[in-house]
Amino acid sequence: MIQESAPLFTELEVGQIVAEAGFAITRESLVRYAGASGDFNAIHYRDDIAQSVGLAGVLAHGMLTMGAAVQPVVDWAGDPGRIVDYQVRFTRPVFVDATEGAVVNVVAKVGALDTENTVARIDLTVTCGGETVLGKAQVRVSLV
Amino acid sequence: MSVNPEIEGRVFPPTAPYLVGREKIREFARAVLASSPVNFDVEAARAAGYADLVAPPTFAVVVQELTLRQLLAEPDAGIDFARVVHGEQRFSFSRPIVAGDELTATLTIASVKSLGGHSMVTAESSIVDAAGAHVVTATSTLVVRGDS
Repeated sequence: MIQESAPLFTELEVGQIVAEAGFAITRESLVRYAGASGDFNAIHYRDDIAQSVGLAGVLAHGMLTMGAAVQPVVDWAGDPGRIVDYQVRFTRPVFVDATEGAVVNVVAKVGALDTENTVARIDLTVTCGGETVLGKAQVRVSLV
Repeated sequence: MSVNPEIEGRVFPPTAPYLVGREKIREFARAVLASSPVNFDVEAARAAGYADLVAPPTFAVVVQELTLRQLLAEPDAGIDFARVVHGEQRFSFSRPIVAGDELTATLTIASVKSLGGHSMVTAESSIVDAAGAHVVTATSTLVVRGDS
């Protein structure tokens, strides 16, 4: 969903859901992200290496989850340039099964409104298999 | 080997300039499942007031990565990459990254803390353009697991 113009700051209310989305991550997504980002850590494509360091299997790059989770907010805001700050905590790995992949769900809600600067803090709830994978995921969006 | 607390406050030399390419922005945007036209279509980006394609918010990690390599290569830092877990990440923008930008990053070790046998290293990379103007600060908190 792409909007022609930005949402109006004055029409937002704390607690309002501004975007909801789910996205599938497959092993192909991980290979693609490795190439695009330059992060070739083998725990993101080899089960044997992931298991050798005590993980259940291959996991998604945290930065892939972070990068994809903000996109519903970018689409809502209408322009990635309106994102002035974005932070997350990596609380739980997203395991990506070789055949099944994984599905990550995002709910984006207005967390706080900075009226002086017309910046909305959008709080993301990011889950996989019902468990939260990103904590304190906050996007600050500059609006008019 | 554990993390050397004396690296707190250390400022690294600026990285070599990184030239942001259009195709790199498109490649990265596809990889993070972006669909904003200003990430892909030059005309759409210009219509929105930008000089060229706009990078997705987390693209700054590509430039930040150059500074994290400096940290891992620092002989006295005592950071074993195999023990590093990415704890937190933040990007604070003065403006978005646009194709054609020539970006330079300067790493500062903001803090080193001990927590239950682990170390938490907060690495702050300030990214500026060719004119020296601030574009984005990328901050990573790395958890370095202690010897087991």
